[in-house]
Amino acid sequence: MIRSIEKQRNILDFTLSSLWRRRGKNLALLVVYTLVVFSLGSVMFFTQALKNEAAIILRGTPEIIVQKLVAGRHELIPVAYAQKITAIRGVEAVKDRLWGYYFDPIGRANYTLMVPESIDLKDNEIVVGAGISRVRQVFRGNAMLLRTYDGRPISFLIKGILSPESELLSSDLLLISAAGFRQLFGVPRHDATDLTVQVFNKKEIPTIAGKIVNTLPDTRVITRDEILRTYDAVFDWRGGIMIAILAGAVLAFLIFAWDKAAGLSAEEKREIGILKAIGWETTDVLQMKFWEGMVVSLSSFFIGVILAYFHIFYASATLFEPVLKGWSTLYPAFSLTPFISGYQIAILFFFTVLPYTVATIIPAWRAATIDPDVVMRY
Amino acid sequence: MRKSDSFGLFIGTGMLLLVAILIQAHFVARADLPLLQQKAAVARNLGLTDLCLSTEARYTRHLSQSDWHAAFQSHPLALDHFPSGSVFAPPETLKKSHD
Repeated sequence: MIRSIEKQRNILDFTLSSLWRRRGKNLALLVVYTLVVFSLGSVMFFTQALKNEAAIILRGTPEIIVQKLVAGRHELIPVAYAQKITAIRGVEAVKDRLWGYYFDPIGRANYTLMVPESIDLKDNEIVVGAGISRVRQVFRGNAMLLRTYDGRPISFLIKGILSPESELLSSDLLLISAAGFRQLFGVPRHDATDLTVQVFNKKEIPTIAGKIVNTLPDTRVITRDEILRTYDAVFDWRGGIMIAILAGAVLAFLIFAWDKAAGLSAEEKREIGILKAIGWETTDVLQMKFWEGMVVSLSSFFIGVILAYFHIFYASATLFEPVLKGWSTLYPAFSLTPFISGYQIAILFFFTVLPYTVATIIPAWRAATIDPDVVMRY
Repeated sequence: MRKSDSFGLFIGTGMLLLVAILIQAHFVARADLPLLQQKAAVARNLGLTDLCLSTEARYTRHLSQSDWHAAFQSHPLALDHFPSGSVFAPPETLKKSHD
């Protein structure tokens, strides 16, 4: 047993010296391989953390949302629709929601305006999200000027700033009173943006949703379950950036595999020939090639995974920020909770380390079985 | 020190760091739970439906509320000109209507 371990250590010593002799090529390989693991790991950690966070946070969303559609687009819904929905058996309460978007030319950002049920605001009072406060440089007690739908400026007093901890939910949120909202957008008193429905028995949500659509055919319903499932599948592999990253990773592996499967270089073949001529067995050569693959792939795997972890959870996923931020000037500053598991690490390992190790062994086996005399003649 | 020993040390350190990351992530996630529940309460109290991941387009700001005409609104063959729109999958409500 000890002899066997000692033998493997000797082979590993030789392998490391052999890799170091071709350090330029091998270091380049290590860097590219690390980048592949890093990008795949970053995507995996980011999407998993976001899905888990959304699953917990969005448990508090309305059970059913009813929106009116006109010519395929979301329109204001008459508040009178609430009475028809209340008449459906199993419905506990129906409330109207007022919300919309406001483009602020000063901050050059889009805000989400909402009328909160739980906060009492006077007609001229607003509460803003931490992102708005940062972009507009406005704070509690300041006045903020907004323009109405017909161009009139209205000054609002900032009653408070929403907690920066909840930026992932409320960064661009501007809470306003119902009267202020209607004045700003000219929304008639008998209309609302949409309706929320609360039901007695949560198991009946799909049935009641179906009944609402039957009763009001010009509406669409969005259930809480659908919202949760939307965030569970928020990053699809078919998405543009996702497929670009995956394609990059797959192509990089194809290059590795092609490089290995196309055969070893003349220098490497000569090295194998000399080793066999001085008494190495075919199995010894294969073990050396196995260790060569393991050294490169394990090193890249550990460095890549650790870098990906710090990138997502301690550097606020800086490399993904430009994609999510896009053309907007307001971007929430959030840090994700690290929801990672051994399962994710294992998946990453099987997708990155194994293919490379296998790709290294096959051409090495072909070279190791060649007659040393033939190899050394070239 | 032999080269194999240095490599063993490197791999050992890597494995230890990975295990440390898993343990640390577990405890941070547990410690963050009250904060996440607090955020859930904010969503419940304000009646919020979506995470604020992107603010550039309404169909990526309120993913679950988007409609058919939002993504390709300029003309029928227009490609999505918002970078965030190329990352997010369409909401369940829209997928459902295609089933």
